[in-house]
Amino acid sequence: MTGEATRAEICAVACAEAWRNDGEILASPIGSIPTIGARLARATFEPDLLLTDGEAMLGQGTWALGARPEVIEGWLPYRTIFDLIAAGRRHVMMSPSQIDRYGNANISAIGDFRRPTVALLGVRGAPGNTVNHPTSYWVPRHSARTFVPSVDMVSGVGYDRAARAGSTAARYHHLRRCQPRSPRGARRPGASGGRRSRSRKRRGC
Amino acid sequence: MTADEVVAELHSGMTIGIGGWGSRRKPMSLVRAIVRSDLADLTIVSYGGPDVGLLLAADKVSRLVYGFVSLDSIALEPHFRAARQSGALEVAEYDEGMLQWGLYAAACRLPFLPTRAGLGSDVLRVNPQLRTVASPYDDEELVAVPALHLDAALVHLNRADPYGNAQFLGPDLYFDDLFCMAARRAYVSCEKVVVTAELTAAAPVQTLRIQRWMVAGVVEAPHGAHFTSCDPDYGRDEEFQREYVRAAGDPAAWAEFRARYLDSGEAEYQAAVSSRPATGPGAG
Repeated sequence: MTGEATRAEICAVACAEAWRNDGEILASPIGSIPTIGARLARATFEPDLLLTDGEAMLGQGTWALGARPEVIEGWLPYRTIFDLIAAGRRHVMMSPSQIDRYGNANISAIGDFRRPTVALLGVRGAPGNTVNHPTSYWVPRHSARTFVPSVDMVSGVGYDRAARAGSTAARYHHLRRCQPRSPRGARRPGASGGRRSRSRKRRGC
Repeated sequence: MTADEVVAELHSGMTIGIGGWGSRRKPMSLVRAIVRSDLADLTIVSYGGPDVGLLLAADKVSRLVYGFVSLDSIALEPHFRAARQSGALEVAEYDEGMLQWGLYAAACRLPFLPTRAGLGSDVLRVNPQLRTVASPYDDEELVAVPALHLDAALVHLNRADPYGNAQFLGPDLYFDDLFCMAARRAYVSCEKVVVTAELTAAAPVQTLRIQRWMVAGVVEAPHGAHFTSCDPDYGRDEEFQREYVRAAGDPAAWAEFRARYLDSGEAEYQAAVSSRPATGPGAG
């Protein structure tokens, strides 16, 4: 297993960086590469992260995709996840079908909402996630169909919409920006939009 | 009760909540009984999976309230997609947490509950009946999620006694208790009806989250959640779910699927399912 890193490995490391300096919060990766990234982050530089088995258990250690954690450290049914979202102790990484330059993201429907050309999942937890706690987006397929001037159904809230919706929407809104790691100790220039109540630590990535 | 007796207590035009989550622990035998009935024009409230898909395919639904509809291991529900893309289905698409809040508000007999979820998103645009509310204590402006009152709720649990005390043995209750409490009448189907003492003999009392004061009727329905998961009694039947999705993509194949599995009773359904050739660990 020597030689060049694969593209997937590079992506997993980039995903891992999204959770740098998050501390003791729930990392909620959606999809395989973000899941590997979150586990990598905890196994290396972010040991306090909480991770689920994808069902309802918090697991300790590092386990493979499709496997189960060896040690369960907590019970996290959906109801408790919703509590944790409202408490802001979570950082989700979602994969939108459309995303615009402000970070508005669509996982609901393409085209007119009343009669979509493509019906997707529904907004799921994206509206609540984005106004309650940090959100990152993983977009493996780079195309003009995904990166659009404006999304058809705002599921995850972007900076412009959060600001327009008023202080309650903007208070905990924070989309992470990924950029090359700055030199050690250097503080990354103001890359974030939302004010954070729990910004105890410098944020990486 | 039997599933058909439950259906006999339902009426066209009712608002019916369905417990479970996606393709997990859905009261599918009760859903199949509705599919066989002459009920129509239902409003369905659900964290949706194949329950929603089957009811849409049978043309039972005029309005759907949901946060998502998904088969979990297969992301998109084919009948839901077709119904949405036809433009004929009236929908209220909420954030998942908003749906919980609406059920909880109804359970608590409150007109609404406030939340941040929805602010800034198009959920407010496509649901123009939703209102915001100003906090009386500070300058916050929050979404007021209206109570989601249900005429009936249908849930599937692992065990129950004859009085409606019901037990989940899997990893998650989901929101089954809130569905029951938000409903005028709630119906529990379960893998096995047992005497009350047996409920706490086999599992801790914390698994008894559905209580008889919430429940109007109990149906024993072994494999009643099939093909959704009902851990630890059985997992999702992934092979059958794939068969369902394949059939949904083609009218002729769907007619065949219906004739084979849905047009007769529950016993015939279970017999048809178990007579399939075994194709792997998910087939049980």
